[in-house]
Amino acid sequence: MDKIVKMRAKEVNFYYGQHHALKNINLKIYANEVTAVIGPSGCGKSTFVRLLNRMNELVVHSRLEGEILLDGKNILELDIDPVEVRKRVGMVFQKPNPFPKSIFENISYGLEINGFKDRRQIEDRVVESLKKAALWDEVKDRLHDSALRLSGGQQQRLCIARCLAIAPEVILFDEPCASLDPISTKKIEDLILELEKDYTIVIVTHNMQQAARISDYTGFFLMGDLIEFDKTEQMFTAPKDKRTEDYITGRFG
Amino acid sequence: MKKKRDLEQFLGFGILFLCVGATLFFLAAILFFVAVKGISVINWEFLTQGPRNGMTAGGVAPAIVGTLYLTLGAILFAFPLGLACAIYLCEYSPKGWVINLIRISINNLAGVPSVVFGLFGLAVFVKYFGFGVSILSGSLTLGILSLPVIISATQEALLSVPQSLREASLAVGATKWQTIHRIVLPTAMPGILTGVILSIGRIAGETAPILFTAATFYKKGYPNSIFSEVMVLPYHIYALMTEGAHPEKQTAIAYGCSFILLCMVLLVSLAAIVIRQKQRSLAHG
Repeated sequence: MDKIVKMRAKEVNFYYGQHHALKNINLKIYANEVTAVIGPSGCGKSTFVRLLNRMNELVVHSRLEGEILLDGKNILELDIDPVEVRKRVGMVFQKPNPFPKSIFENISYGLEINGFKDRRQIEDRVVESLKKAALWDEVKDRLHDSALRLSGGQQQRLCIARCLAIAPEVILFDEPCASLDPISTKKIEDLILELEKDYTIVIVTHNMQQAARISDYTGFFLMGDLIEFDKTEQMFTAPKDKRTEDYITGRFG
Repeated sequence: MKKKRDLEQFLGFGILFLCVGATLFFLAAILFFVAVKGISVINWEFLTQGPRNGMTAGGVAPAIVGTLYLTLGAILFAFPLGLACAIYLCEYSPKGWVINLIRISINNLAGVPSVVFGLFGLAVFVKYFGFGVSILSGSLTLGILSLPVIISATQEALLSVPQSLREASLAVGATKWQTIHRIVLPTAMPGILTGVILSIGRIAGETAPILFTAATFYKKGYPNSIFSEVMVLPYHIYALMTEGAHPEKQTAIAYGCSFILLCMVLLVSLAAIVIRQKQRSLAHG
């Protein structure tokens, strides 16, 4: 059975000034699967993921070539509004970054700016997102407390809820567990496996065990090249490239 | 070995402590001095009546009102302008040497002596625009004087908002403008207000910029339009101490004015601090 390709990078090159950060990347992201992006620091994996929701445009002196397709349509076209892209391709960041507002407002914000007016509808969406992000039971009695009072792991799940509220199709996770303890990490991983049913997921991770545990596909980046892309199982049991093998067996990185 | 380290530490903290002590002493001394000398003349008449008998009796109410008008006018003019300017410079302008030059110029403007602003106000607002010596000219001059401080403080506050918050907002499909006015500005507001408080203090006490643009030594009654000239506390103090025939009575009144000015600045600061704390606690729970 052929899988649906949700997003696709075609001959993507990216430059920070003179630095060639991504070199001719071709990669498919399948719908309702978890795609892990691994590689050592500075290999371009975060840069790559941030192209998928046009977040890297904020970086000055950067240049992008190639195509990035979302449902077959190039999101880099001039007439495409990055704001629209970001509604469809959500993102959860490395460090939990809740707004300095209440738990409720952290989620309702995204709804309000996207034109939701009806209070009831907003409330329902907030509750639903918190439930989906497995945070509801912990915060249901203090929705109007500041989000900054939550623990790191709770904050990160709040960020996931914030992202879910606007109903994206793809969710990008940029090392979401990098600053979390193992228990919080486990919760996030379980959550990602749960979300996979309804969303297409891309996760950048430093942690090879994490990639092996939760992803269906894995791409290995090294110095701006995509060295290998395959089913995770395949990649971790029988990598085709020597460099991939060296990396996943911990010989460098 | 250990002895020497301990001694160093003791001396280090000791010196810091003495410096703090000295600073506090001078601050307290100024407050005490002005209060003691000023309080004796302050009574209901002093606060509510105009001067009588060639400035040697009566009150300073018109000067209090004038100071309020000028300060308010200056802030009404400078705050929105400075805020807009800082937002543009921080969030929108393309980074480059032109913007750097503008930043440096603004910072340098903060160091220009205030009497120069006074001359500028005289030439531009009083003469060229024909506003005359008036509340309007004085407010605009004071506003321009405070612009650099407001812009710098606002920029600083905006820059201290973590980039990650901007990204978080953009990532949920917010536009740049929504991000700025819903996330960045509220987060930066306590810092921005601090800048405004500081400039209010400075504006209320400035003398040189209003010397040629707004202030008058004596005016009967209260100003009735923004084109009236006004009595103002700082200038009133200056005039009491340099002119007139009854120095001993005038000096006492001057201290009274100083005390009132001090209290006004203190009150404004307190109000702004309360607002700031309220916003901060909203943000952090």
